[in-house]
Amino acid sequence: MSALAEPKTEEMTSAVAMNSALDCAMTADPKVILLGEDIADPIGGVFKVTKGLSTKYGTHRVRATPISEQAIVGTAIGLSLAGYRPVAEIMFFDFVTVAMDQIVNHATKLRYMSGGATPAPITVRTTVGGSRFGAQHAQSLEAWFMHTPGIKVVMPSNPVDAKGLLTSCIFDDDPCLFIEHLNLAYSSKAEVPVEDLRIPLGKANVLATGSDVTLITYGPTVPLVRAAAETLAAQGISAEVIDLRTLMPLDLDTVFDSVTKTRRAVVVHEATQFMGPGAEIGAQIHEQLFGELLGPVLRVGARFTPVPFSRGLSNAPSAERILGAAHALLASPRVNRSAGRTAG
Amino acid sequence: MTAPTTETLLSRAAAERMYELMLTTKLADDQAREETKAGRLQAAFYPVRGLEAVCAALGEVLRADDQLVSTYRNLGDALAKGVSLRAIMAELYGRLDGVSKGKGGSMHLHDTTVGFMTTTGIVGSGLPITLGLGLGAQLDGSDRVVVVTFGDGATSIGAAHEALNLAVLWQLPILFLCQNNQWGEHTPIAEYAGSTDLRARAEAYGMAAHRVDGFDLFATLDCLRDAVASVRAGGGPVFVEAMTYRLTGHTGTADFSYVPADELAAAMARDPAPVFRAWLVESGALSEGEANAVAHRAESAVADAFAFAQASPLPGPDELWTDVFATDLINWEER
Ligand SMILES: Cc1ncc(C[n+]2csc(CCOP(=O)(O)OP(=O)(O)O)c2C)c(N)n1
Repeated sequence: MSALAEPKTEEMTSAVAMNSALDCAMTADPKVILLGEDIADPIGGVFKVTKGLSTKYGTHRVRATPISEQAIVGTAIGLSLAGYRPVAEIMFFDFVTVAMDQIVNHATKLRYMSGGATPAPITVRTTVGGSRFGAQHAQSLEAWFMHTPGIKVVMPSNPVDAKGLLTSCIFDDDPCLFIEHLNLAYSSKAEVPVEDLRIPLGKANVLATGSDVTLITYGPTVPLVRAAAETLAAQGISAEVIDLRTLMPLDLDTVFDSVTKTRRAVVVHEATQFMGPGAEIGAQIHEQLFGELLGPVLRVGARFTPVPFSRGLSNAPSAERILGAAHALLASPRVNRSAGRTAG
Repeated sequence: MTAPTTETLLSRAAAERMYELMLTTKLADDQAREETKAGRLQAAFYPVRGLEAVCAALGEVLRADDQLVSTYRNLGDALAKGVSLRAIMAELYGRLDGVSKGKGGSMHLHDTTVGFMTTTGIVGSGLPITLGLGLGAQLDGSDRVVVVTFGDGATSIGAAHEALNLAVLWQLPILFLCQNNQWGEHTPIAEYAGSTDLRARAEAYGMAAHRVDGFDLFATLDCLRDAVASVRAGGGPVFVEAMTYRLTGHTGTADFSYVPADELAAAMARDPAPVFRAWLVESGALSEGEANAVAHRAESAVADAFAFAQASPLPGPDELWTDVFATDLINWEER
């Protein structure tokens, strides 16, 4: 194979990487239109993800909207019916609930209800987490959308994935919900290709290989789980870490391959554990690999409360709970019920 | 009915077209209601009786490339835009030859080849979608007009207000056509709205807004023609409130004994298709024989469409899994 030139990279945060994804997509395709509150310059979006783009591409393509979440998503749907590839920004995941009708009744169903004639390939970008503001600005609602046929659900855990997955969402022919975690958006940096970058939807990333237990996670809990895996390694326990990256399509093949090898699994996420994404993933593993498992699939998710405001409180999964689940699983093939119970 | 103005003075072809459309709509509607009552249609059918003149006028003033978003009460809109009656009826029966292969049903018609973009069963939610179609036309530099039809009840929904505001702000090429039949399901307008002047609401958002007698074909034709011309010329969105009355129950089988008898009788006396036929013949625009010939065409088309629909097969089980995603992902239940 001839030596290809290394793609040019720059060090970026996830926020900058998403800006780069939008920039590349807008250059590649004049049909890419951005919509959302405050997204035009000079402010460039409250999280600055669209900074500079209205200056570069014009306010006819980067359109600041009124505070009208239903209209934002509805406009995106109509634009997609008119042959455009709209990207709608909804400031916080919680506000997506205001546009639920447009997303869940229209965007996700138009293809099916029309027998394939009127698909709505929109991308809805939104942010989650960080919990600096309390219960109406921090909910992880991805399970609601995974539960709804017709929409793809994507949550990156690092700057490279943020760029590559967002670009794939924009050019995907289905509606996509792209969830950006505020703790990840500005904190870590990575070398990210400057040019167009696409990472296929529906492919999980095996971040660490191991043989004793599989830790399955995505988004903001990826760093936490990686750290837990290192702690386990120091204790002589070999953990495989899977970053799902997309929740729909869910890469169950990678999960099954890993759990077939390790025979133990823990699913970790920041969304509420009860009825959360881990419930389906756990059920799928049990259905497929029941005879192979050395213990039940355990889940570590947020406790069943609204997201608390005070730093003194947290309902999110902690390193202790992840380690606790892994240890419980390794200690006995039949885990003490209370070890896996984290909802109560 | 007002006499036609010079502007609306009809060519004979236009008169025949509109009469045929109104009558086809009425006859198909009557039969669909019969089929629902007989239990042969799978689901409720939402009759359009009373809206025939509004639909015919709209069809007459729109261009083939103009786009329309409608509601569950869509038969007249769909026919006006040129959707095949056969395919509509097959969809009502959940058949493979329906516009959506039977996967949409009566509330989810579309035919993008004639600009009938989508319909929705969620009251008021078509308006935001129309914003995007209007923006698309604007960005394309096209002079196509985008129309959304909705009932009076839809103006109580937040999404409608978001859409009116944004359409004015961006001066989108949209005609908001409120088909005011005076009822929101089983509630009369005066019992759900503090002000029943819906036109005034739209005006308050800063757009041109008109109210017209929707039983009066010529008045409606004039009003819609002007509105569409203004939108097409780049004058921004226009709101038209066409005043009609619901001549049937909310659905094909719904009780409507609560409708005041005098109101209904007064409205029935203005039933658009028969009234227009009487005018055509009295004014000498069509001879009795010519009017009968049009009626015969409408009757045959309706009979043909129902026969076609009833003979169309149901979709096969594999159809369940297609069109969920663009690329058929995985059959999750059967993994
Ligand atoms: C959001 C929503 N709420 C309630 C309903 C149930 N519903 C169906 S039709 C209807 C009445 C709507 O009245 P209007 O907008 O005046 O239209 P019309 O049926 O009279 O044509 C209602 C309440 C619905 N489909 N969607």
